[in-house]
Formats: sequence, structure tokens, C-alpha cells
Amino acid sequence: MGDTPHRSAHAGTGGTPVAMSHERPAGASARVAERSGNPGRPGGDLGGGGGLPRARAFGAERAFRGLTLAAGTTVLVIIAAIAIFLIAKAVPALRANTESFWTFEGWFPNDNPPKFGIGALAFGTVLSSLLALLMAVPVALGIALYLSHYAPRRLGNGLGFVIDLLAAVPSVVFGLWGRDYFAGPVADLSAWLNTYFGWIPIFGDGPYGSSILLGSLVLAIMVLPIVTSLSREVFRQTPTANEEAALALGATRWEMIRTAVLPYGRPGVVAAVMLGLGRALGETIALALTLGSTYAISFNILQSGGNSIAANIANRFAEANDTGRGALIASGLVLFAITLIVNITARAIIYRRREFTESAA
Amino acid sequence: MTSTLTPSRPRPPAQPATLRARRLPAYAAPAIAVAAVLLAAAVVYGAGIGGPVLVVVIAALLYLVGLFVATNAVEGRRSARNRTWSALIHSAFVLAVLPLASVVWTLVSKGSERLDGNFFGTSMNNIGARDANGGAYHAIVGTLEQVGIAALITVPLGVLCAIYVVEYGRGRFAFAIRFFVDVMTGIPSIVTGLFVLAFWVLIVSPWFNDGRPSFSGFAAALALSVLMLPTIVRSTEEMLRLVPAPLREGAYALGVPKWKTILRVVLPTALPGIVTGIMLAIARAAGETAPVLLVAGGGASINFNPFENNQSSLALFVYQQAGEASKYSPARAWTAALTLVALVLVLTVAAKLLARRNRLGR
Repeated sequence: MGDTPHRSAHAGTGGTPVAMSHERPAGASARVAERSGNPGRPGGDLGGGGGLPRARAFGAERAFRGLTLAAGTTVLVIIAAIAIFLIAKAVPALRANTESFWTFEGWFPNDNPPKFGIGALAFGTVLSSLLALLMAVPVALGIALYLSHYAPRRLGNGLGFVIDLLAAVPSVVFGLWGRDYFAGPVADLSAWLNTYFGWIPIFGDGPYGSSILLGSLVLAIMVLPIVTSLSREVFRQTPTANEEAALALGATRWEMIRTAVLPYGRPGVVAAVMLGLGRALGETIALALTLGSTYAISFNILQSGGNSIAANIANRFAEANDTGRGALIASGLVLFAITLIVNITARAIIYRRREFTESAA
Repeated sequence: MTSTLTPSRPRPPAQPATLRARRLPAYAAPAIAVAAVLLAAAVVYGAGIGGPVLVVVIAALLYLVGLFVATNAVEGRRSARNRTWSALIHSAFVLAVLPLASVVWTLVSKGSERLDGNFFGTSMNNIGARDANGGAYHAIVGTLEQVGIAALITVPLGVLCAIYVVEYGRGRFAFAIRFFVDVMTGIPSIVTGLFVLAFWVLIVSPWFNDGRPSFSGFAAALALSVLMLPTIVRSTEEMLRLVPAPLREGAYALGVPKWKTILRVVLPTALPGIVTGIMLAIARAAGETAPVLLVAGGGASINFNPFENNQSSLALFVYQQAGEASKYSPARAWTAALTLVALVLVLTVAAKLLARRNRLGR
């Protein structure tokens, strides 16, 4: 098969292969096609192919295929390895823990005996992420609709590009801004909310400052560009025929959006929101800089305090001893489990909805 | 654009004189806005419950209500809904632009303070709390090395994985890989940091290091590659699917084996899109702080060797400077943040420009 590379080189570069293929017997190309595992193209019926030796049936093909298979398997191996190694390092610390891991409100894994609990951290993680999404998603959808259906096309494209760029800004920058420049206004807002809406339990007393409110506002601002840019992509892909049909039937622009754009984009929007939730749950540095780092479960979102699993890992890692590291890894395992559940749910929804919309379209 | 169509509502037969529906006059919207601001100011300052921010908020709400009521009276309910939603969507846009603009403005104005040769030429070695100088040279070196190594590991792996999923994979196994790549996209960066900490730093690195666990830039690169892998697989996968089937079939018809078709026909066709995805993944990885904090440890001095001892990175430098007590550290943090954002944005803009030249399009 010494001629194979020569021939393929020409085929790959284009130009000459047409002439080349005419020079060869039909059986030759059919033979190669069969060996390469190309389905639905039996070489035998073109004549000659079946009788040729197949012993060396293409080592390179098999090697390449094996290589890609190995790369694919790596993904599964990595996911499994993450779970295995985290569990392996977490179990000794969990054994040493003298308090309930789920309910104890505090983090003293470096003490003897070690005491630590995930409850307050998991609560803070979920609370801050949900609040952030609650604030970010309506605004993000509004901007996405503005960019895709209200703004003049050029302006929409330009601003969409800017939003894409903002989605790439590292979280540490948002964290720094939140701590140094946003904390003041948020403290004022907190005081105001407490004065006039203090009867709602979540707007409790101060001291104000590094609160869950600040953390989730910063998270919301961070998640905003991501959700916006994904949902804008989705909204833009609405078939023009659907939109024009709605308008032709006399719909106003809002009715067109409600009847044509939103239903079409729903799976994509769900995906975008879930991705935003995943980002918010796992966000580390922005929350490490803006939350007050306490270990109590409290619905008062104005008071200085709050914590999240990821922020706690970043804050307490430097001082951690062996058990401390194990405890942080155990908390990371819980975070891993939470995000895994969120992601798998999201993917399941998306896969099902995608089939639904495709069959409906 | 279809947006220029103004749907005229059907008229009741009792008034056949005009074909056009009654419209709210052009001055109505600004008039409602002015009235809303005045009313809001009167309420807020009259009752003494807040400042100018509250005036704007209440004015916006009053404007929305007023607009709805006025349009409802003149043009009807459907038109009123249309206008109100339109106003809401516009205000969502303004609401979001304000904080984002503030972030950008702070970044540029604060970050330019220390934008000098000293910052890019020195490390933080022997810089005390009272020293105004000191820079991020060591962090820039760290970022470039870590991201570079991560790209070297991830790009071949990710592209091959995508090739498997698109070209070879069949049935459940390929579906499982696709599904878990999707799931992997959502793994928090801190968890990948913990994974590499548990796996590489605590278990593997003692073998090379006289039995003591050791932080290294390479460990950070490993964590970053776990983060980059799903992004690269996904974008490559999408690009490979866009390659027209006739191209492949043409190559097969010419007798080119499948692996060579993939390497010489499919990959070159999809290349611009793949490179775009890779650059976006690199840009995201360059901004990650948490994994580097956990497994590279950070450090004040220049360390060119990614396999031994602590290394810093730009993002980690920002975080560490933000936590310092020195009065000079905020300026260093902001300048490092500006440098980091510039690096990330250059990569992102280049990737987007490359994507525009992509012949496959979307």
C-alpha cells in the first residue's frame, strides 16, 4: 500500500485529485473506502475489492480511531476521577469531625477535636445564587430582547459584541469592584430598605456592609452578560417566517415576541439560565471578596455576613492543616454534587424540550 | 427589518371615515415622563423618604403606569401592552448598562494609575507594606506559562474527543461522552482546583519532591485544562458538524481513507471556528483565580519553572493584592486587573474577528 499516502496527499490538497482518480481502476478507490470503515459502501459490488488482502487493513485508520476514542474516554475518566479523589480526601476529615457535618454552624476543622458543618455554607450558596438569578434573569431577557428585536440592527450588533466582551471579564474584577466601589451604595440601599420595608423579615437590622445582598448583586451583575449573550443568540435564531406571520396577522410587536419569539427560544433560555445558575453556584472569588464570612443560617440578607461553599474554600485554604484541607475538600464535594444535580437536570430539560420543539416546528 | 410595520387595528364598522387607528400624539410620552418625574420628586421630597435615586425609580414606575393608562384610553389594550413592554425592555437595558459601565470606568481609571514600566518589569519580591513600587512581572510569567501548558494539554485532547463524538462515536457511549462534556461545562472552577489539589499536589507531587507535597504552576495548568476541555470539545464539535457532508463524501469517493479525510479535509475546513473556540477557552482560563490559588500557591518572586515551587498568576495577584493591608496594594490590584482584562479581551476580540471570517458561518 505504498501508494496510498501519495494519492491521499493529492486528494487532501484538492485540485489534482480528479485527474488522479480517473487514472485508477474503480476497484482501487472502492477498496480503500471499504477499509476505512465507510459505512454503506460495500467494495465487493464494484468488483475486485473483496478478493484483495485485508490483513494489514489499515493500521493508521485503526490507530487514529483508537486515539480519538481514548480522548473521548478521558472525559469520563476525569469526571469519575474528580468524584473519586475528592471522596478519598474528604472521608478521613469527615470521620474526624466531631459535630454533624450537615447541621453544625461553624468551621473549626483545624482545632482538636475538629468541628465543622456545611449547613450554613450550602444555605448561603443557594440563597445568594437564587437571589442573583432572580435579579439578573428578567433584566437579562429584557436586554436580549432589546438587542435582538428593538434596537436598530447596527446598534444591536455593536452592543451585543460589547456584552459578549463583558461576559469574558474575569470574576475577580467584579469582586474587587463590588468590594471597593459597590459596597457603599449597597449599604445605603440596605439602610433605606430596612427603614421602609423592615417589616419584611429578609430586610432586617444591620450592621450593613458585606452582606448577602451585596454578594448576590455582584453575582447578578456578573451573570447578566452571560445570560444575555446566550439568550440573545437564541432570540436571533427565531425563524423570520414566524415573526412575519405574527405581524401579518395583526400582532403588535410585543404580541409577536410573546407568540413567536419567546416560545421558540424557551429551551435556549432555560439553558442560559441554568448555565448562569451553574456559574453563580460555583463562583468563588467575587463572593470571597464581598461576603462577610460568617457561619450562621439567616434570612436577613442585609446584615453583614453570609458565606458560600466556594468562598469559604478560598478564604480558609491558606490556614488549613491536613484535616482542614480534607474538610474543605468535603465541602467542595457537596458543591460538586449540587452543581452536578443542577446541570444534569438542566441538560435533561434541554434534551427533552429540544426534541419537543423540533417535532413541533 | 419587519419592525417598520405598524399593524393597524381593525376599526369598528360604525366609523368608516378614517383608515388609521387613533394614535397617541407624539408629545404624549415625553409629557407623561415629565409629569412622572415631577410627581415622583414631589412625593419623595415631600415625604422625605429618599434621594434622587428613589425619584428616578418611582418616576420610572409612574411613567410605566401612566403610559399604560393613557395608551389604553386612546389606542386600546393591546397597544397599551405593547408600549409598556417596550418601555420595560428599554429600561432593563438602561438598568443593566449602569453597573457594567461603572465596572469598566473604575477599571480603566483606577487601573491606569500604576500602568508603568516598573509594574511590568518587577515582581513583588522584597516589597513591604510601605513600598509603593512592585509589580506583576512574576504573575504575568505565571499566567502565560500556566495557560500555555494547559492549552498544550487540552487542545489535542479536546479536538480528538470532538472528532470521536462527531465522526466515529455511535450509540450510548458517544451519547454518554456528549452528555458528560455538557455536565463538565458546569463544574465550578474551585472544584477542579480541589481535584488537582487532591490528585496531583497531595498524591502525585510527593513522588518527585522527596515525599513533600509541592505547589507548582503545572498543577495550575492541569486544573485549567480540566476547565478548558469541555469548552473546546463543545465548540469543536459544533464546528465539525457544520462541515458539509459532500466534502467528506467527495474525499471518500476519491479513495481517501477516513482518518485522512478528517485530518486533511474536515479539520482544515472547520479550522477558523475551532481556533475561535480554543481562544475563547484560553481567555476564560486566563481569568480563573480559584484553581491557581489552591494548587499553585501564589508567590512573590519570579519563578520561570512551572514544575517546581509556587507560582502566581495575574488573577491570583489581583486577589492577593486586594487582601493586603498596604495602602499601595489597591493600585497594584487594579492595574493587574486592567492588564488581565486587556489580555482576556484581546484574545476574545481576536477570536470573534476570526469567527466572522469563518466560511462555514452559523
